[in-house]
Amino acid sequence: MNPVIQYVAGGLSAGALYGLMALGLVLIYRASEVVNFGHGDLAMISTFVAYTLLQARWPLPAALLGAILFGAFLGALVEGGLLRPARHRRATPLTLVVLTLGLALVLNGLAGFLWGHEIRTFPALVSGPPLIVGPARVTREQLLNLAAGVLLALALYGFLRWTWSGLALRAVTQNPDMARLMGIPVDRILLLAWAIGVGLGAVAGILAAPLIYLEPNAMLELLIKGFAAAVLGGMTSLPGAVVGGLTLGVLENLIAGYVATELKTPFAFAMIVAVLAVRPAGLLGRPIHRRV
Amino acid sequence: MHPLLEVSHATASYGPILALRGISLEVREGEVVALLGANGAGKTTTLRLIAGMLPPLTGSLLFKGQPIHTLPPEQRVALGIVLVPEGRGIFPELTVKENLLLGAWRHRDRRQAQRDLEEVFDRFPILRERQAQRAGTLSGGEQQMLAIGRALMARPRLLLLDEPSLGLAPLVVRHIFEILRAIHEAGTTMLIAEQNAHLALVLAHRAYILQNGEIRLHGDAQALRENPEVKALYLGRSSERR
Repeated sequence: MNPVIQYVAGGLSAGALYGLMALGLVLIYRASEVVNFGHGDLAMISTFVAYTLLQARWPLPAALLGAILFGAFLGALVEGGLLRPARHRRATPLTLVVLTLGLALVLNGLAGFLWGHEIRTFPALVSGPPLIVGPARVTREQLLNLAAGVLLALALYGFLRWTWSGLALRAVTQNPDMARLMGIPVDRILLLAWAIGVGLGAVAGILAAPLIYLEPNAMLELLIKGFAAAVLGGMTSLPGAVVGGLTLGVLENLIAGYVATELKTPFAFAMIVAVLAVRPAGLLGRPIHRRV
Repeated sequence: MHPLLEVSHATASYGPILALRGISLEVREGEVVALLGANGAGKTTTLRLIAGMLPPLTGSLLFKGQPIHTLPPEQRVALGIVLVPEGRGIFPELTVKENLLLGAWRHRDRRQAQRDLEEVFDRFPILRERQAQRAGTLSGGEQQMLAIGRALMARPRLLLLDEPSLGLAPLVVRHIFEILRAIHEAGTTMLIAEQNAHLALVLAHRAYILQNGEIRLHGDAQALRENPEVKALYLGRSSERR
């Protein structure tokens, strides 16, 4: 097997998860102008819920679906219960961002209290020998992650493109006041954006969990990589989030393979810094047009 | 029989600045009513008040006899009050067709939206040609047509238009007003805020003239056209549009 192809295959699989994180972050950012620092911990809580449901002997599909829906509900709760009241009291976007940062710390502490800080193993979602796909040998887990990333990205595209709610969401991201004048209930659309965004984060967390160990800080790396992917894609572009995730996954895997494994995560940080310094609009990003 | 819209003694402010000092006006079913006045007289504020983007400090707003001043804008759209705002308010990143479909959010009925879309395209053939283009790429006149077409997609009971002539070439303005006349003849009630008093008084049945947030004059369009004060203040300058 050609090692380059192996590194790329492994990178695409990890990158699909970064892409899912990034999609949620970008969707939420575009809809509500809030960079959600709670994204990683919301994904972590959802993953712990999946873990607990599996411990309670729920069938695998039911446990996963339950946890993802729980994540979506949490997302809506954050928007409707925390951000909306703050916004109605004229909080600035920066205040809201700090609010999500505080939420992240609260959730992190809460998870430590509820589930403890010991390291737990999350059960594998698929098992079986690796498969040969074209020139590469890939594990079933890698294939599952890539498939989940691609299918969910396509589903999100279809939703935004072909449904009334999706169209309304895109209108709200451009001009909330005007959306209101079209009769669109902007508050409800924001709930929807947060539910979908955090739901996607929950999927990424659950898919990542078998590859790492589960504990309250387990999703920090995923969050950072998700941010790096989102920034690389321009922070405002959904296709950019996916492309950014896959690019980051492949590049960091090549670095780990040819340079040093320890440089994997610093590389993601360096990428955020470099992109913001050189090309703040990212690969596919455009400045948001918004009327003030 | 209630008038379609009845505004009584409404006041409104932007922060400390009192923008409307107690205005009363009504629009009856089937009418075209013009709201005239200089820049800053309160025309836009009045329309924003009716659309629900600005709460009244005092006074009342009745739509078909029901109070609406506590309803948020989206619920007023549901009642059929649709605003074409100043600056047109199109969604530049969405396609022309998507902008139009958003107008149909009020009923969200695909079949009806498709029928209405054809009707709008018949009225504005240029929009049919440009339907797949991003709306931000349209010219000013085309964007105004898009904004009006989008409002029609909502099947408005009361169409509010804020300065439909603003920033457009005279030929385009004439075209837009011809279309507005056709829309009225098809049965739509309208309230039009307009600096160009000439144009507005030709289209409207009645008009209100605003000055410093108060209604200075009102009456039949015909009578206002011949009123010496109106002639001197508002019609004389009709050629020097912004």
